[in-house]
Amino acid sequence: MTEPAAQPSGAVWLTREGLNQLLGALRAQGYEVIGPRLGEGAIIYDRIQTIEDLPAGWTEEQEAGRYRLRRRQDDALFGYNLGPQSWKKFLHPPVLRLFSAEKNNGEFRILPPDGESPRYAFVGVRACELAAIAVQDRVLLGDQFVEPNYEARRKELFIVAVQCTRAAPTCFCSSMGTGPQVQGGADLVLTELSEGFVARAASARGAEVLAAIERRPASAEECRQAEEAVAAAAAQIVRRLDTRDLVRRLYEACESPHWDDVARRCLACTNCTMVCPTCFCTTVEDTSTVTGDRAERWRKWDSCFTESFSYIHGGSVRTSVRSRYRQWLTHKLASWVDQFDMFGCVGCGRCITWCPAGIDLTEEVKKLLAPV
Amino acid sequence: MSEVAQATLTMTRARVLAVEKETHDTFTLTVASADPDPLPPFEPGQFSMLYVFGVGELPISISGDPGEPERQVYTIRSVGQATHTLVSQRPGNMIGVRGPFGTSWPVKAARGKDVLIVAGGIGLAPLRPVIYHVLRHRDDYVRLLVLYGARSPRDLLYRRQLAEWGRAPDTQVLVTVDYGGLSWRGHVGVVTTLFRQVRLHPSETVAFICGPEIMMRYVVRQLEARGLAPEDIYISMERNMKCGVGFCGHCQLGPYFVCKDGPVFSYRQMQPWMDTHEL
Repeated sequence: MTEPAAQPSGAVWLTREGLNQLLGALRAQGYEVIGPRLGEGAIIYDRIQTIEDLPAGWTEEQEAGRYRLRRRQDDALFGYNLGPQSWKKFLHPPVLRLFSAEKNNGEFRILPPDGESPRYAFVGVRACELAAIAVQDRVLLGDQFVEPNYEARRKELFIVAVQCTRAAPTCFCSSMGTGPQVQGGADLVLTELSEGFVARAASARGAEVLAAIERRPASAEECRQAEEAVAAAAAQIVRRLDTRDLVRRLYEACESPHWDDVARRCLACTNCTMVCPTCFCTTVEDTSTVTGDRAERWRKWDSCFTESFSYIHGGSVRTSVRSRYRQWLTHKLASWVDQFDMFGCVGCGRCITWCPAGIDLTEEVKKLLAPV
Repeated sequence: MSEVAQATLTMTRARVLAVEKETHDTFTLTVASADPDPLPPFEPGQFSMLYVFGVGELPISISGDPGEPERQVYTIRSVGQATHTLVSQRPGNMIGVRGPFGTSWPVKAARGKDVLIVAGGIGLAPLRPVIYHVLRHRDDYVRLLVLYGARSPRDLLYRRQLAEWGRAPDTQVLVTVDYGGLSWRGHVGVVTTLFRQVRLHPSETVAFICGPEIMMRYVVRQLEARGLAPEDIYISMERNMKCGVGFCGHCQLGPYFVCKDGPVFSYRQMQPWMDTHEL
């Protein structure tokens, strides 16, 4: 071989055409390739075919309760941070049929599932999002029971991470220890520079895919520029969350009057839980045909912000918005640690951006823990 | 892998063998597997998710004898649409059973001690397997004390059995109702008023409590006042559940998932969380 083989540790240079080949190689391997594209007035995650589908030259402006698409000066393909959607849309779908069943002569039968689980390749996964996937892995695969629908999607998953080279004002990944530098969990890690990408394989599968596309070893200068670009993103992060002794301090704040203050602003709209990449709660809906001989069970995302979420005979446990916001925040930053030995927050800031009232959990935590 | 074939989420189809009317609103279903595999064995205090075709699934405690696991018994109070369709089942009907799930009353750890059962209303159902177990292994335990309270005489569960259990050796069964009515000759008052009639040996007693949360709080207070340690007091908690296996998130209570960390908790575990309103 005249070409240098891509080693898991050896960085290579990909041109945009190289990235295009990568997308093609993944599709040729039978993956459904999902990546960022413009849609619904935002950058969303959807099926992509070629690099033409990527949001070239687009970025976003984010603040508490605010998101606007903006044009960049250049035509960067990954020059934004995060849109409203997270990859849980695919791994832990918002709506999923769990089973269908049919009834005959007083006997019902659970029908075999129709079709295989999708085999996804995600392109453009940020460091905080890799951390979020690891959190859902822990919840849905790593505890007493294994959630089979998630497992089927997860074990086939191929991940192309793209490191952030800018930070939104809502980002606080560095506080949560999840970014902006990718730490693990991806098959390939890319860093975008003006003419192309510094890429390295982070798994055997990643190395195999990389070996099949046009590339050359990355120069020391390119590697240095890539490192600097990620460091620049880290330097742009302005929001902070102090996690020292956070679990104990939040539990102690459980009767803080500040919960009432948040409750006056919180609309209990559930947006924060829908955009959160780690929130995993679901409900189920059972349906049957009019004739009563066929039934289905559907699983749907649910939110601890609804009153019905905690309903037991006699009424809901959490009737007040105060108690529901407290449940959400305390779960993310305290009880999640007791349950799964990790925070349920990765610092992506989506809940801040997409809160219609602009409630910012990093600010609320500061006030909750402030000495009275 | 098949999406429904995983053991934890797989439903066993079961045939309703008998439906017994316990009270005006509470019924006991006896079911057995209609599939090749029998229903799996269970521990006292565990629950299953019971499915009615096209209607939905509900978490229901197993109320039968753990020594006879192949016929599972569930006592259900009809309080809403889903429970109504469950209690309206007729012998021969088919339902789905997933489980058993959750923690159990630590009957093995209670060996050599007095077993004190305090139940309120339908809360006697998840405790009945303990009574079956103790009576079946009578020599493993010293005294069996059952304190049971219901709203009124017509709300009392298992009345014939309560009388039978009271005649067993070293067993005391005390029953009370909140409102007696004219024909009631028994005790009237909340369940904690029965404590006057029993002598506890606090260091030699394990207490199992199930009933409304407010009732459990008062019972725990009584027991602590009488010298029982928090680790010798066990309670069974109730929360909304959609899955039974820790995925749906509905049953969270402080740091716990009631479905997999409970429903049975030691009071030592639950103590920091029980008095927080709307937790």
